[in-house]
Amino acid sequence: MMAQAPDLTAPKRPVSHSTLGRAQRWSWIFQRVSGVVLIVLIFTHLFINLWSGDGINQIDFAFVAGKLASPFWQWFDFLMLTLAMIHGANGMRMVIDDYARKPAWRATLQWALRIATVVIVVLGTLVLFTFDPCPADADPSLLPSICEDI
Amino acid sequence: MTATAEAPAKAGAVPSMTVTLKILRFDPDGLDGREPGSEYWEEFTVEAHATDRVLDALHKIKWDIDGTLAFRRSCAHGVCGSDAMRINARNRLACKTLLKDLNPARPITVEPIKGLPVEKDLIVDMEPFFASYREIMPFLMTSGPTPERERLQSPEDRAKFDDTTKCILCAACTTSCPVFWTDGQYFGPQAIVGAHRFIFDSRDEGEWDRLEILNDKAGVWKCRTAFNCTEACPRGIEVTKAISEVKRALTTGTV
Repeated sequence: MMAQAPDLTAPKRPVSHSTLGRAQRWSWIFQRVSGVVLIVLIFTHLFINLWSGDGINQIDFAFVAGKLASPFWQWFDFLMLTLAMIHGANGMRMVIDDYARKPAWRATLQWALRIATVVIVVLGTLVLFTFDPCPADADPSLLPSICEDI
Repeated sequence: MTATAEAPAKAGAVPSMTVTLKILRFDPDGLDGREPGSEYWEEFTVEAHATDRVLDALHKIKWDIDGTLAFRRSCAHGVCGSDAMRINARNRLACKTLLKDLNPARPITVEPIKGLPVEKDLIVDMEPFFASYREIMPFLMTSGPTPERERLQSPEDRAKFDDTTKCILCAACTTSCPVFWTDGQYFGPQAIVGAHRFIFDSRDEGEWDRLEILNDKAGVWKCRTAFNCTEACPRGIEVTKAISEVKRALTTGTV
């Protein structure tokens, strides 16, 4: 019943770099850093889309297409998408670790989470970088102004 | 407070009151026709003084009403850490909680601390808790020959871990931790407090042995800074702060 105390060994004084490289630590640091970055990204996103200019009335196909035609907003949205997805998935991973007691159930949920995360990030990235702001045969009044040159 | 004043109180007399304790009991043997392992609430009403603690009320019940009530206590004065229990849904020491501070007009609920297997009534199996404590090697680790005299330390160095030396291993913090309740693998706040006491001690050289253990899957990264441990600690240790200091040592790589 009673466990034995661990054996006495000579203490190791220097910083253990193999210890500092463990995944648990990096996942904790990532969660904090990505959280701070996401606050900036999300509030910028909300400000640009919902507040500045005409506010929520400006959102239509032309507005979104115009934004996604610019490389800056493509990379901005890509960063927001990947950070938010990994940040959220990392949090869900910890919740599953806490509450899914049976190993098989835990593994199933963890893999479902990983697959869902990868699928959403890949789909979102495809949309961001292959999006056509000026589809052929569309009503010109619905398209962003950049399409007039084509 | 429901004071029962049959006679005019004498000068200097301690006012007395009637209190009801609602105790969550667990019967492993199945006495009085109960199923073995049954769990049930039982209410006891006792006369108590305004200066009495929850432990005094429990004593009255055990000594005068129902001798089968089981609970732990040793010193009865807040030093040994034996009588941590969940009183009115908060982890406290029964010997440091005055009845008059708990609204005696309503029944006072007393439950065993959560997250550890209950053995009987308010007694839980503390072995998983002590196993976590042993895991972090709570003893002085040094190299070189033993000195002829004391190992000296400056007051500033001592102040770094002063708070965590106050721990009495009552398990109030660990059994208030929501991660400990659900996870079943987490070391728990107390083991990290125990490790903190040696990690930040300038005389000890085993800090990286302990930090390596606390960097593991069941270590400090499980902490979600819920602050339940800091609120529960009957010794007033800032437990969450100690855990965060261990995290900082691990993120910066310096102690």
